[in-house]
Amino acid sequence: MPTRRIPLIAIVALLAVACGTAGGGTGSTAPGLAGTLVGAGASSQAAAMDGWKAGFAEVEPGVTVEYDPIGSGGGRSTFLAGGSDFAGSDSPLKAEEFEQSLDRCGPLGAISVPHYISPIAIAYNLPSVGDTVLQLSPETVAGIFANQIVNWNDPKIAADNPGVDLPDLAINPVHRSDESGTSANFTDYLAQAAPAVWTWGSIEVWDEGPGGGEGADGTSGVVAAIRAGEGSIGYADASQIGDLPAAAVGVGGGFVRFSPEAAGRIVDSSERVSSGSEWDYAIEVNRTPDNPDTYPIALVSYHIFCLEYEDQAKADLVKAFMGWVGSEDGQAAAAASAGSAPISDAVRDAIARSIDQVTVADG
Amino acid sequence: MTIEQSAREERQVRVSKVGDRVFLGLSRGAGVFILVTLAGVALFLFREALPALQADATEFRDSDTFLQYVGPLVFGTVLASVLAVVLAAPLAVAVALYLTHYAPKRLARTFGQFVDLLAAIPSVVFGLWGIAFLAPLLARHVYPVLHENFGWIPLFAGPVVPSGRSMLTAGIVLAVMILPLMTAISREAFSRTPRLHEEASLALGATRWEMIRQAVLPFGRSAVVSGTMLGLGRALGETMAVAMILSPADLFSVNLIGPENPNTIAANIALRFPEAQGLDVNRLLATGLVLFAVTLVVNLVARRIASGGAA
Repeated sequence: MPTRRIPLIAIVALLAVACGTAGGGTGSTAPGLAGTLVGAGASSQAAAMDGWKAGFAEVEPGVTVEYDPIGSGGGRSTFLAGGSDFAGSDSPLKAEEFEQSLDRCGPLGAISVPHYISPIAIAYNLPSVGDTVLQLSPETVAGIFANQIVNWNDPKIAADNPGVDLPDLAINPVHRSDESGTSANFTDYLAQAAPAVWTWGSIEVWDEGPGGGEGADGTSGVVAAIRAGEGSIGYADASQIGDLPAAAVGVGGGFVRFSPEAAGRIVDSSERVSSGSEWDYAIEVNRTPDNPDTYPIALVSYHIFCLEYEDQAKADLVKAFMGWVGSEDGQAAAAASAGSAPISDAVRDAIARSIDQVTVADG
Repeated sequence: MTIEQSAREERQVRVSKVGDRVFLGLSRGAGVFILVTLAGVALFLFREALPALQADATEFRDSDTFLQYVGPLVFGTVLASVLAVVLAAPLAVAVALYLTHYAPKRLARTFGQFVDLLAAIPSVVFGLWGIAFLAPLLARHVYPVLHENFGWIPLFAGPVVPSGRSMLTAGIVLAVMILPLMTAISREAFSRTPRLHEEASLALGATRWEMIRQAVLPFGRSAVVSGTMLGLGRALGETMAVAMILSPADLFSVNLIGPENPNTIAANIALRFPEAQGLDVNRLLATGLVLFAVTLVVNLVARRIASGGAA
């Protein structure tokens, strides 16, 4: 479908160029910007983008931000084809995509920055344990979703939860039936943290893995299925699980419950893997951090944009918007609208330096 | 014949000639338009499906050949639809008989309108109803009983999915959705049973039930069959309700109450299309082509049976 959208996006982009009044110098993002910024990509960011659009409209009332949630792959290819000003993507630019970005953006290429961290909770429906929060080691979680642990009174679950009276009840693991970045991140966690049990790697479509369990459409479907069935357990966007209890997962010798701060630390504990530019902030998400304060199951989503734009107005718009999204206010706006976890101060500073490099091409 | 009369006749002929020509053109255009649309859709599906049909299995992430991929989907589609028809057909015939031969005239009309109203409910609403109301109810009170007493039948082998989002739930919701169509066609046929046949039967001492068996059912047989096939066609293509209700997996299974059910083609397209890229899109369209073919065959068979029975 991207091929059909490109003309519209191109028209909007042209309009943006026509309307955009040139802002200040390259070093500053002077207030009073005007124009339209067009993005496309990951649907995981759609809710956060609503918050960013609304928040940024208060800072820069003259700027309109448009975002088309066509999926990560479509977003990257649209951006690389010049159909959008930036892309949202659940994975950073690959090396060959960076090569393509040299055509799109000029000799400096494009960079990816992790602006959106969405924690994934392991929610369950087990009324008989009351308010006790279940603790699950990575091997136990993997065993449950690989259909090897099938009853709640399994000794492996009991070993993680000393003193908890576990019921004799069949486990009903719930997964996404649609193609999903949440599934990809959750299974990436299983593959990294429990490689002996989870041998299917990171998969977006559950059928490519062990199968089994109950499939439900979308985050809301998964949450509804867990809620409807006693003995069910599933993974879902942490902000969407409502009053369902979420398990504490085993990390670095302890167990950590999900919290925005704990999830935000995941970027800090991950290694940077650059596919091109030195300003790129792509990471290989580390699902087995040593620090037991880090919640390891989260979807990290990027914004991808050029370091150089052909006209001043566009460079200013991108710099202003990306700078604001990465700021404390921007991260708070996403947290409010999408329940995401804010990036830490250290990461924010590093990303801000990258965004500061956005400039206009010479000549 | 007076001059006046012949003049009037002439005028009528002339006027009707123009009208005929215009109407002929319009109706022929409409007919051609339908054919062109159908051919266009078929051509589009075929052209888009071709890359996926020619591609090697290793080019897909799940490295399924097309037959491996579409097999469980065709199975699931047919299973859900047949289930729906098996559940709905007897009910539709019974409702139609009640409306035409048992219910008081005034009640029959109101009641009939209520049945037709079922057809006006959007399928997404049926889906929500199935998920939020029917599935939990069945999972709590019906499926465990089925599993315990009839677990030796593979259909109810279990384990019972605790949320109730199984093939049987999807089949029941589909049955409710196709009920109005099937009832309407049966009712129409039953109400046209020649009065003389009915009265002859009654005069020979038949009870009302015997009369229905002797006169009404044989007369309406072909309508019931074609209504059933039309219902089957509708159930085959139903998307939204199934996508919402069914808990899908990539396998063949006749277990109607478990968590792992073969998905239907239409629901699978709805679930996968939004994030699909490249060849995956072609493959989804190829499954659409298969559904197109299956539905076409069902409709042709229905037409054959309906016309054969009436002759």
